[in-house]
Amino acid sequence: MAQPGGVKAELEASAVRARARSQRNQWLRVAAAVAALVVVVTVVNVFSHGAFLTPVNLTNVLRQITYNAILAIGQTFVIITAGIDLSVGSLIELTGVVMASFANAFPLDNGIGLVAVTLLVGLLVGCGAGLINALPVVKLNLPPFITTLAMMLMARGLAFKLAHGRPVPLNSNAFDAIGTGFLFEGFFKRFGLPGIPIVVLWMVVLVAIFAIVLTRTRFGRYVFAIGGNEEAARLAGINVALVKTMVYVISGGGAAVAGLLLMAKFSSGSPNTGIGSELQSIAAVVVGGTSLAGGRGSVIGTFFGALLIGVLNNVMNLLDIESYTQDIVLGAVILLAVIVDELRKRYLRA
Amino acid sequence: MKGIVKTFPGVRALDGVSFDVRRGEVHALVGENGAGKSTLMKTLAGAYRADAGTIVIDGVEAHIDGPRAAEALGIGMIYQEFNLVPELSVLDNIVLGQEPQRGLLLDHAAAVREATTVLTELGIALPLDRAARRLSVAQQQLVEIAKALVRHARLIVMDEPTAALTDREIDALFSLIEKLKAQGVAFVYISHRLEELPRIADRITVIRDGRTVETRVAADMPQADLIRLMVGRPLDAHFPALPPVAPDAPVLLNVAHLESPGVHDVSLMVRAGEIVGLAGLVGAGRTEIVRAIAGADVPQSGEVDLAGTRVVIRSPHSAIAAGIAFITEDRKAQGLVLGMSVRENTTLAHLDQFSRWFVVDRAREESITNKEITELHIRTPNAEQTVRNLSGGNQQKVVLGKWLIGDARVYLFDEPTRGIDVGAKAEIYTLMLELLRGGAAILMVSSELPEVLGMSHRILVVRDGRIAAEFSRDEATPASVIAAATGAAA
Repeated sequence: MAQPGGVKAELEASAVRARARSQRNQWLRVAAAVAALVVVVTVVNVFSHGAFLTPVNLTNVLRQITYNAILAIGQTFVIITAGIDLSVGSLIELTGVVMASFANAFPLDNGIGLVAVTLLVGLLVGCGAGLINALPVVKLNLPPFITTLAMMLMARGLAFKLAHGRPVPLNSNAFDAIGTGFLFEGFFKRFGLPGIPIVVLWMVVLVAIFAIVLTRTRFGRYVFAIGGNEEAARLAGINVALVKTMVYVISGGGAAVAGLLLMAKFSSGSPNTGIGSELQSIAAVVVGGTSLAGGRGSVIGTFFGALLIGVLNNVMNLLDIESYTQDIVLGAVILLAVIVDELRKRYLRA
Repeated sequence: MKGIVKTFPGVRALDGVSFDVRRGEVHALVGENGAGKSTLMKTLAGAYRADAGTIVIDGVEAHIDGPRAAEALGIGMIYQEFNLVPELSVLDNIVLGQEPQRGLLLDHAAAVREATTVLTELGIALPLDRAARRLSVAQQQLVEIAKALVRHARLIVMDEPTAALTDREIDALFSLIEKLKAQGVAFVYISHRLEELPRIADRITVIRDGRTVETRVAADMPQADLIRLMVGRPLDAHFPALPPVAPDAPVLLNVAHLESPGVHDVSLMVRAGEIVGLAGLVGAGRTEIVRAIAGADVPQSGEVDLAGTRVVIRSPHSAIAAGIAFITEDRKAQGLVLGMSVRENTTLAHLDQFSRWFVVDRAREESITNKEITELHIRTPNAEQTVRNLSGGNQQKVVLGKWLIGDARVYLFDEPTRGIDVGAKAEIYTLMLELLRGGAAILMVSSELPEVLGMSHRILVVRDGRIAAEFSRDEATPASVIAAATGAAA
């Protein structure tokens, strides 16, 4: 090599160009999405006589998507490893019922302390269920579809049994703040806004943390490597079983957090709040551009997937579209999203 | 078949092969690993399409554009790995794809009639209702033959038919072949077992480097000639000179009595600065030996010492921690995450070196990757390129780069230059020498005889999962290695 320095400089310059290009592509995509959003929002706003673009309604959309977005974070990790978690909906219910019963039985009620201990109990249940989901997958190579389907049935049955078929009402009001409270109410009142809903804060913090975990840590890199080529990952010395176990534990933990927030919202732990949530979370992940075949995806994409679905639901409610029609539209949007994603990939590869 | 040419990206697998098969004849096809036998047969069976050349059947030029066309022309293929559906019954397998029907429904009785006719004609008994997976290997082979005959095959191609059979089963197979020959069925018979050819073959054709070397009547082809024709080329000159191993060089890898699936009581050692080549036929157990040492398969018993220290190999992770690097034979399935970038693949096995706490330091990843790209001459626009888009040789260099950034002292190379062009090969050899100069020990599996002979200080020949012979670089000749690998009396 005549000029190793020159080659190196060229490589670095090329990497900079590639990064710039990929950033430009990303911004182009974002810009396209924003433009589409603006058009849709304008149209919707006109048809709903201005009901959509109000601060209160937009805050509502964010509050409504919180639970699905939090579930979908864990689901994103699972799906990137080419797995699936069908149990998260039931785990919302099981953790909710367990947490409500625990909080009622706990002798002390000192506000935030009770919330923290209760969440810890919920996380134990959720993460424990995730562990049970993962063990047959990593030890016996069973398909996660089956193990999490079994957990879905067991967790729901257990939740109903523990709750005797009815919601468990909370005795303490220590949870009201995180369920329905707002931050900075005084400040935002001046702009006619209700403040920042505390549940939304949970979502934003969790999305930020897990986006960093996925893109910046060793664990995140291993999640992608396992989804991309499990055998190569194993031969590179990665503890595949541990990483796969962790993604189901994270998913179960996410269900526990969503369970806490829903329990706080309704002031009770209910054994049927989570029906269908697992499919909603998978839809958010897929619409957000994560490949069900594994190896590709992002937490931020999932957040926008959940947001898109939430906006659609909200808009259709505002337009008084009946719920059956809403399901049809939602299904069509999911199908469209994956078709567009696949075509985009083919176009890029060609 | 005349002048068949088939090229794959970067490789000319077949370069003008011609041969003919007569009615009622067994024509044996022999050649080294990678000589082109399988490619040729797959072309005949319609699995591949030839780039040039003609295939003439019964005086008529045939266009074989798929397995169905081959079948219609009366060509039956019996691959070494059988093509049976394990859960279906013997009967269902025999008539698979051309099940007799009555209206829209399957005609079970007609299927039974068809199968029994063929089987009684051959004088073989098979349990028609048993699931194929519950049959012995020999019985599965009979199902494959019956399958071909139900399709009225007049030419049956058999790839290594005796590889997994006992002596008695081989006798039975040969008498069956004789019977079918008498009925006018022709056979193309591919085998590595040179000693059985005089018993079964009428004529023998030797293939080398994708070309026909010679066709002779089997009786006029003594084994010595056969081996000479198979290997008959001078060692390629492009191998670099190997530096001698110091007589007092420490033993870096010592393996004793290793047992693992496909590996039986293997003991070997490699010194610092030495390359030991593992030669042998495909399926002899060479890959299994290095996989066991690398923890890719967990050894059942045996001892592994690294530089005099006993190590317990329980997983790839423990082997890597002990200082073993394993460059796998199939880079796409085992070596690389194709959808990831050059940078992400390069650091995958040593990510702990690039992270503080758990957070990966991308700047450091990028600088080490750029260093590897420069030093290994990896042709990629930059470190962010997805490895799927690189050529085979450059992908292989990424795999090497991935292991070079660790501090391994023992390198296990499994087919280090498979499917890559000559230029990249030479670069990889040079790199292996650099590793030796750095004090590493190398154990290399290669199916290319010149590579084993040209790039090893010592050669161990593996046969049936055991070390069958050992040669120093000076003793080893193509003929002696082939003889030891095939079990022929050299």
